[in-house]
Amino acid sequence: MSIRLEHFTKRFGGFVAVPDMNLAVEEGEMLALLGPSGCGKTTTLFAISGILKADGGRIWIGERDVTDLPAQKRNVGVVFQSYALYPHMTAHENIAFPLKLRGIDKAAIDKSVRELARLLEIETLLERRPANMSGGQQQRVALARALIRRPDVLLLDEPLANLDARLRLEMRSEIRRIQRETHTTSILVTHDQVEAMSMCDRIAILDKGEVIQVATPSQMYAQPANRFVASFLGSPPIAYLDAKADTQGMRLTCADVLVPWPVGVGAVEPGSPISVGVRPEAFGPAFPVRLPGRIAAVESHGREMLYAVDLAGGSRLRAIGSGLGQLDQGEPVEWGIDPMKLLIFDRDEVRL
Amino acid sequence: MQSKLRNLVIAVLLGLTSLPLVVMLISLLLDTVTTTRPGSLVPDRFTLDAWQFLWSAPPGRPSIWITTFNTIVFAGCSTLLLLAVSSTAGYALARLNVPFRKFFLAGVLVMHAFPTVTLIIAIFLILQMIGLYNHIGGVILAKTALDLPLGIWIMKGFYDTVPWEIEMAGVQDGASRFTVWRKLVLPQIKPGLMALGIFSVISGWSEYILPQVLAPRNDVQVLSVYLAALINNDTHFDFHVFKAVGLFYALPIFVIYLFFQNKLMTIYGGGTKG
Repeated sequence: MSIRLEHFTKRFGGFVAVPDMNLAVEEGEMLALLGPSGCGKTTTLFAISGILKADGGRIWIGERDVTDLPAQKRNVGVVFQSYALYPHMTAHENIAFPLKLRGIDKAAIDKSVRELARLLEIETLLERRPANMSGGQQQRVALARALIRRPDVLLLDEPLANLDARLRLEMRSEIRRIQRETHTTSILVTHDQVEAMSMCDRIAILDKGEVIQVATPSQMYAQPANRFVASFLGSPPIAYLDAKADTQGMRLTCADVLVPWPVGVGAVEPGSPISVGVRPEAFGPAFPVRLPGRIAAVESHGREMLYAVDLAGGSRLRAIGSGLGQLDQGEPVEWGIDPMKLLIFDRDEVRL
Repeated sequence: MQSKLRNLVIAVLLGLTSLPLVVMLISLLLDTVTTTRPGSLVPDRFTLDAWQFLWSAPPGRPSIWITTFNTIVFAGCSTLLLLAVSSTAGYALARLNVPFRKFFLAGVLVMHAFPTVTLIIAIFLILQMIGLYNHIGGVILAKTALDLPLGIWIMKGFYDTVPWEIEMAGVQDGASRFTVWRKLVLPQIKPGLMALGIFSVISGWSEYILPQVLAPRNDVQVLSVYLAALINNDTHFDFHVFKAVGLFYALPIFVIYLFFQNKLMTIYGGGTKG
């Protein structure tokens, strides 16, 4: 079912965590709430689940206004960061707990627990207690417990934060697969842009309780609304060069080079300061606008090399790629930037 | 080598210091089943005279079995009551948004440090007013009330170790707050309940002042009062009987302590690991 937040507000004492949020999640969609810690993403999640009460605005799940409903009546499944499995129950009892509360008879409960366990590939774990399970297994059990009563909405609060790197990769695609197979509208809270981009249909990026932009991962990467979004997405991160608008293009402060405006950038008042965002893939030996510099740091990623280059004017750019050659720290280089892939921001940090 | 030597030294020292205790215990045991001539230290005759109280009550005294029953009722009921109130009040103070929470917390702490003996006259007057003087129920209430600050504080400590997420998950799964407490939180603090229960049984069993002052009558007497009456009896004083009753009185505590000492330690450790 779809989720809609209308003018949602949440305060903690005098502190306004979320001032006025509007957000819509489509039926069957998986949306990421992405943002730095303290941006209000978990607050928003808990308000949808019913654990926190909204201080203003309405929350809709499907055609139901759930703003004043207690958590028990919202039919929302939540997977907590710490999994929050009941330590004194076996996996089977954990998963069965929500159904048991509804007074469904034992045989029926057992049947649906086993069905779901098959989907999540945890049939062999059902008699174990959480203490005897690995992090990934606990994660699957927590997911099963959230899904067992066919929730209208599934909420995931940093579900991968407590897993090691390899398991994280595996669970990323697992959660996505299960979400698709059960066709459950889901919200994923995360501060990890890779997670958000790889798992979700759309991303809502949050800062200080406000939705900055909602878009698909590739849209958001290619057309960030402002500098904050551009900086948040992408690894290694984007780098910025100062420039001044000119009639024909932008004049870079560091090298006194005129760069033509990228396609689609509107007229800018000549002389106004702008900043030019250069992603690592838009900087390298093959691009036309040459900038002299010196290799400042070298990182091997195995398949690719990552170079940080200090430009003559003092700025630092990063380049990543497999065709960059073997260079040492301190070597002078003269690489170029790709004028078509630049992201231009005005003095208010809004993208032009 | 050196550690072995050190252990040996420690063992010898411990042995020497505990020797008087061992001697006392042995002589206690011996004295209850033997007689010793005045001026001598060596017992001369085996007898069960001192244990006669087990099958025949001395004139004017209650039967030991009624007294034992009273003691069990007293220790048992005050423990049950203490557990019931501490486990709920501790939860309320730890987790619920109750009005005056800070005030109650501070009150519990202050009461915990309060010398309870000073309250005994007030308690006596109150019990007499409501007709519970010389009634086992009255002492049970008084004992529980005085132990509650400690009990509540300990239970609150245990509740504080239960993660919030477990309660959130329970609520999300559709459980009422009461079900969450009963089915999800309470099982987590079982070691704490266990420890507090044993602590309370032992404390109730050894309580003397309260029953002595609030319920001295024969038919509601508990063992500690019975024992004290023996020593107060100037006309018919018998050390052997006193020791035999003392042993009878202390035995259950020994047994409880032997079996449950690990569990009891969790109170002082304060963790949830049992």
